[in-house]
Amino acid sequence: MNRTPSLVVALLVAPLALVLLWAFHEALTQPSGARLADLAETSLSRTGVGNPVTAVLLSYRGYDTMLELGVLLAALLGIWSLGRVSPGFHPPELALTAMVAWVVPLLILTAGYLLWAGAERPGGAFQGGALLGAAGVILRLTGERRLGLPSERAQRRLAIAGIGAFLAVGLGTAAAGLGFLAYPESWSKWLILLIETATTLAVGMTLAAAYPGGPPGPAGNERDAP
Amino acid sequence: MTELLFGGAGILLFAMGLWSFLVHEPLLRKLIAFNVMGSGVFHILVAISERGALRPDPVPHALVLTGIVVAVSATALALALDRRLDDEDPDG
Amino acid sequence: MDSLALAVALPLLAALLATVWPARATLLGLLGALATAAAALMVITEVWEHGQLSTALGGWDIPLGIALAADGLSAALLAMTALVGLAISLYAAAYFDGRQAMHFWPLWLLLWTALNGLFLAGDLFNLYVTLELLGLSAVALGALGGDRAAVAASLRYLLVSLLGSISYLLGVVLLYTAHGSLDLARVAAALQPGPVAAAAMTLMIGGLTMKAALFPLHFWLPPAHASAPAPVSAALSALVVKAAVYLILRLWLDLFAPLVTTGAAMLLGGLGAAAVIWGSWRALHAERLKLLAAYSTVAQIGYLFLFPPLFQATPPGPGRDDLLAALVLMILTHGFAKSALFLAVGVIQKRSGHDRIAELGGTAQRLPATTFTLGLAGIALIGLPPSGSFTGKWLLLNGAFASGQWGWILVILTGTLMTAAYVFRVLSRAFNLEPTPPGFVTDARTELPALLLAAIAAIGLGLAAAPLWPLLGGGEDGT
Repeated sequence: MNRTPSLVVALLVAPLALVLLWAFHEALTQPSGARLADLAETSLSRTGVGNPVTAVLLSYRGYDTMLELGVLLAALLGIWSLGRVSPGFHPPELALTAMVAWVVPLLILTAGYLLWAGAERPGGAFQGGALLGAAGVILRLTGERRLGLPSERAQRRLAIAGIGAFLAVGLGTAAAGLGFLAYPESWSKWLILLIETATTLAVGMTLAAAYPGGPPGPAGNERDAP
Repeated sequence: MTELLFGGAGILLFAMGLWSFLVHEPLLRKLIAFNVMGSGVFHILVAISERGALRPDPVPHALVLTGIVVAVSATALALALDRRLDDEDPDG
Repeated sequence: MDSLALAVALPLLAALLATVWPARATLLGLLGALATAAAALMVITEVWEHGQLSTALGGWDIPLGIALAADGLSAALLAMTALVGLAISLYAAAYFDGRQAMHFWPLWLLLWTALNGLFLAGDLFNLYVTLELLGLSAVALGALGGDRAAVAASLRYLLVSLLGSISYLLGVVLLYTAHGSLDLARVAAALQPGPVAAAAMTLMIGGLTMKAALFPLHFWLPPAHASAPAPVSAALSALVVKAAVYLILRLWLDLFAPLVTTGAAMLLGGLGAAAVIWGSWRALHAERLKLLAAYSTVAQIGYLFLFPPLFQATPPGPGRDDLLAALVLMILTHGFAKSALFLAVGVIQKRSGHDRIAELGGTAQRLPATTFTLGLAGIALIGLPPSGSFTGKWLLLNGAFASGQWGWILVILTGTLMTAAYVFRVLSRAFNLEPTPPGFVTDARTELPALLLAAIAAIGLGLAAAPLWPLLGGGEDGT
């Protein structure tokens, strides 16, 4: 690293930070009574879920979440398009392999719990999906080439499951004249659960599949040679 | 006051990440720097959802979750691109 | 059915289908392109009839839900995206095969989703999500060529793009902290000139100028656009860069209007002027056709940034509306011309295996239709009549005269001369062998989409510019 540019950059970034701090202070002290918090809380009963964060993600701003899953899909498709890469790590020790045998089921179980709990308490599709992804990564680290993932065909279906659920529900409600992603109140809870379940699977699968950094492997359940 | 403290820390994280992003050449350091910048922004969002005695605002929390997924996706794609470059190195 | 939501949902649906059935990706992709263009047409007709459209998604009213909105400006860009997108899709169906087609189609449809989503978004955070979807799918598409240069250029593009969007996001967070809303119209109504608004404006517009490749932040663009496969280069240059320009314009006019200063406008104008000169100079000296096209994009983006100082100096009224319409006309003309140029270069590259300008000899004889495309696209880039950029530049010059800003006139004229020089440099090379061509069109499936786009840019838009005025005027004063 060259010392002079790094100092120059520091001298440029420091005043920027000060200005931003000042602006942030001003923003906090502006007399703006309008916060979405109260509105989000009073509308909560109409969403069918008790956790306001889940309500924002799946109901109030569900459209954002759908497009965000699109970002995840674009990254996965981009990684798959780059072709195969060499494995970047060593075969595992025995102790690790033994530990994985009970860590992975535990992760899957916890993911399911987080998905279910997300309706009322902290938790939800992304937290659950992250744990599923972690289970896949741990399997890969023990030399399981396929990370416990199914065939490429099934992986492609799982990768789109979350957006697919959003679109199916959204186009359905639009066709029914309610508007895109406007869930009818009596169905809301179950539609949200459906979308969340599909999203959990899609996020978990995508994170695990993105980890080795290449397209899905050939069929067979082979492991790395020790 | 607390939100100023936490949010201000977020701004400092953002600035430090920006500095590191600009001065460091290796991709891994740039990516870590980018993620530090992202954490800074998320820090501010979490800070502003608590305003004194008022009810916590769930919207920034949801924005953070969305932001994290976006950051993870971008980081994964960048790492995969870099891996591809490494693999093509004559000695890689 | 809600046409605004459909314009985003249909390309997304097609992207999913092309992901699930990779063997049928091309067919599904073409059908998706048609459906998307049809949805865009619905939006445009409705904007034509009503002036403005908006809808709140999810059945939640605005501060809580997300707004989609369309006015004349977004309709114009939606229309360009639909036409260029259709031509790129037709071209790509012939250009890619096998594994490459399987990778191209879902990403391309995701890119289209992001573009439509961005043009229709009325929510500041939703704009961030569409920006990221746009950036990631564009980067992944850019790397499809698979060679080292393409991957390295895409990686650099990704980093710049990420820096731009995180800066934008921090600006949005500041605005949310102060105003408690993410809705563009609501924040615009509440915005007061002050440190918060100024910081947010700097962060958001600054971040977007990186994505728009405004000089001196253009360094990532030439390698990324020049090393991507031809249909992807066309999309990156005609559509992706324009999306960032659109968003800058949208924020400048609708959100930060009360606090833009002459200084800020002059800064953008100055950078634009530097881009015009520098980009044209590099294009003039490029050895490869694709690099020439990429540097020409840098220069053409520069022209668009000459408008803010003139906006600033022109009082609201017909004069200002004319300038806005001229700006949109130039964005559209460049979109059509540059996509045509990249598609035509792709044909040449596939035929002769290279795109070195010095060795183009005989192209006019071997590929008459493609050479004609290069010529038409060149006319539109230079701004000869009857192209849309002739009208655009004319109004730009008028605005500069009217406000007495003589410096810009010099920049516009110099840039135009240099553009003419690099266009004729290519054409003169292409025309220097004797034998008569066997027929005008050599490969209809790739040559015709490019030719169509060039014809729209050079002839269609100039003649059809008149309807653009009511469309944009209607969007501006909300009638």
